Amino acid sequence: MFLAGLISASWLMLSATVAHADDRNPFAGDAKAAKAGEYEFRINCALCHGLGAHGGGRGPDLTRAQKKHVHSDEEMFQVISNGIPGTVMPANGTNGQGVGMTDEEIWQIITYIRSVEVKAAKSTGDAAHGKQLFYGDANCSLCHMIDGKGGRVGPELTGVGGSRTPEAIIDSVRNPSRRLAWGLTEPTKEFPQEYETITVVTADGKEIKGVALNEDNFTVQIMDTSEQIYSLEKDKLRSFEKSRDSIMPAYNKSLLSDKDVEDILAYLTSLGAK
Amino acid sequence: MRSPGFEMTFEAAVKSLYRRAYAGNPRTLRRILFRLRLTWLFGLCAVLAHSQVTFERLLNSGKEPQNWLTYSGDYAGRRFSLLDQINAANAHSLTAKWVFQTAATGKLETTPLVADGILYATAQDDRAFALDARTGRPIWLYQHQLPGDIRPCCGRVNRGLAILGDKVFLGTLDAHVIALDTKTGSVIWEVVAADYRVGYSFTVAPLAVKNLVVIGVSGGEYGVRGFIDAYDATTGARKWRFNTVPGPGEAGHETWEGDSWKVGGAPAWNTGTYDAATNQIFWPTGNPSPSNRGAGRAGDNLYSNTLLALDADAGKMNWFFQFTKHDEHDWDATQVPVMIDAGDKHLIAQANRNGFFYVLDRTTGKLISASAYGKTTWSDSKDAEGRPVANSEASPTLAGHTICPGALGTTNFMAPTYDPQTSLFYVTARDQCDIFSTAPQPYEPGHAYYGSAYFPSDEAEPYRGFLKAIDPTTGKIKWTFEHTSPTWSGVLSTAGGLVFSGDAEGNFIAHDAATGKPLWHFQMGGAVYAAPIAFAVDGKEYVAIAAGSAVYAFGLP
Repeated sequence: MFLAGLISASWLMLSATVAHADDRNPFAGDAKAAKAGEYEFRINCALCHGLGAHGGGRGPDLTRAQKKHVHSDEEMFQVISNGIPGTVMPANGTNGQGVGMTDEEIWQIITYIRSVEVKAAKSTGDAAHGKQLFYGDANCSLCHMIDGKGGRVGPELTGVGGSRTPEAIIDSVRNPSRRLAWGLTEPTKEFPQEYETITVVTADGKEIKGVALNEDNFTVQIMDTSEQIYSLEKDKLRSFEKSRDSIMPAYNKSLLSDKDVEDILAYLTSLGAK
Repeated sequence: MRSPGFEMTFEAAVKSLYRRAYAGNPRTLRRILFRLRLTWLFGLCAVLAHSQVTFERLLNSGKEPQNWLTYSGDYAGRRFSLLDQINAANAHSLTAKWVFQTAATGKLETTPLVADGILYATAQDDRAFALDARTGRPIWLYQHQLPGDIRPCCGRVNRGLAILGDKVFLGTLDAHVIALDTKTGSVIWEVVAADYRVGYSFTVAPLAVKNLVVIGVSGGEYGVRGFIDAYDATTGARKWRFNTVPGPGEAGHETWEGDSWKVGGAPAWNTGTYDAATNQIFWPTGNPSPSNRGAGRAGDNLYSNTLLALDADAGKMNWFFQFTKHDEHDWDATQVPVMIDAGDKHLIAQANRNGFFYVLDRTTGKLISASAYGKTTWSDSKDAEGRPVANSEASPTLAGHTICPGALGTTNFMAPTYDPQTSLFYVTARDQCDIFSTAPQPYEPGHAYYGSAYFPSDEAEPYRGFLKAIDPTTGKIKWTFEHTSPTWSGVLSTAGGLVFSGDAEGNFIAHDAATGKPLWHFQMGGAVYAAPIAFAVDGKEYVAIAAGSAVYAFGLP
């Protein structure tokens, strides 16, 4: 039992996992711990990072020895414990899917990830040519921004090379509608907004087509191809259509050869590895 | 209510007292009398909690629709309010009356209680609080001191309190049951129900019946052995425990392979209902452990995914009905079982996580009907009793394959409602399929024990969310309202011809109960994981719901 004063003082305190960053991984190289970590990984991590840690399209491929956010086991422990602010990587136990993990289980997961890491095959692409294509003939930069340069209608791509698998990136170029990119993620909402295509006709007859920035049952916020943002109330529109056909054109081989895609991939990956 | 006669008598007595004390100074006397009268009148206005919440009051909650005294609003589990001041004709003018910020992070799943002008609710990390229901101003705030190493599976959540006498009852994430004083929030008693270190926790709102506090445990993710407990509301002494996984020598034990019963799960983490006519508690149970791996626990795995009818006094089972036998998809049957009377039929209905809407005879437990109310692929036939049975494709595989509904189910813990005026059952539903995989996993105490993983399947994207109105007599869907994305909101129906729901994007919505058409909405700024209630103070109706990190109350201008 506690006094009311003490209780009200603790009312605002958040319960945070204390991450023992100074600790070394007690299981480094331990095959048994890696196996235990695999169970935990399947429950807690595979939803985004895929079975076998190969990336699930949503989360990065963790079998890559070169990682964007972490290098040491201790850094990995911090990231798993606390999440990565500004990304969909949640803090331990907060994603509502898996369970809260003990320190021991986190170290086991790290041991598992280390056990499946492979050195990335050297990219065969020409990053300099990829950059030329990105800002030039391939027109990527009309809609995508890298390091503050480019358009706004599509996802910002500075970090994409470090967070998505090469297969997922190529798939997004060749077939952007197959798996729409994630946009805004709200803190308590289960699903992120996706880059859906919205076409509306307003009460005064104006047609607007763009990507959904956000949407609820009654309103929608969209950006059109000239980067104008609109706030619209659905019941005041003459028509409202939502489509999962991406506003991005599908780059088939006649638009962009395999070699050109490789070069763009090399450019994106060179940024991610910074 | 005070009577004028009483006031006169009181004033006369005081007057005579002060006349004697201040004889010879009538001005002072007048001033004192004036102040005294002010205090007396003001005092009357401010008196909120006028009497204790007795079992009689809980039984007859329909007689006091201004209060919301149990998790589902009544013992039948209907989440229906007789208040009709807010109705389909005026709902468009609803406005926010107050907001209470809990400052808690994560998901707010609480259903508030309201008794005589005081609102009692909970928030994450086992906070509990009492608010002036008229203003939203806190009267007391309590937070249970949790150990640092608890690991509740699915958020540090709590779904609410029970109230009886001068106490409210809280189940905690470290598996304690706590009685708090309704007026101060002081701890009256606290008992430890189970060891949180092996995965036991409470997230459920308890149910007060007679002088008992009935509560079911969580922990199906950790291979616990589930139970439902009843505690003496006065002392905290445990009066009975029903083990949801039968031990050696008990009926149903033979439905478990080897020692698998010891870690068999079958938690009981959502609030049941109570039938005074038969003195039975109806309490639903959750999945067998490990949730997505059937190998090693061959058999039906009783009493997982089951509706139990328990004698309220002794906790002895009268009958049971198992919805999903030998479950491998995490389809807890923990949805609120709703008592419905149709003519001379005494029914109990449940919109189950496995995608079927079940209607049973609540006297016998016999199945009357089972109808799909969402996208299901796991069953295409029924057994002799009429129960949907799994097809040969349903079991998870090592590589994984797609089954509908997904692990989160067609519905989940979100509270449904039954409206006796429309005779419709309203429930939040979703169509989402998952890829279910399974892998051998050794049991370790306190470690997650799923035996698998599941992933959203591309085949079902985008996931769709609905509010559905089901006719329980036919199992047919009367109307469907499709949300922008799946929501976790519970639903409330009222005598005003309204159904209230919330969406994942933060809207609180009043729907026409007959058609589903939205009549009003308010953007609360945070996703809804809680269920709404209705209450009244000073003759004014309010509807309240938790969203984001706050509790909101709405009323007419």
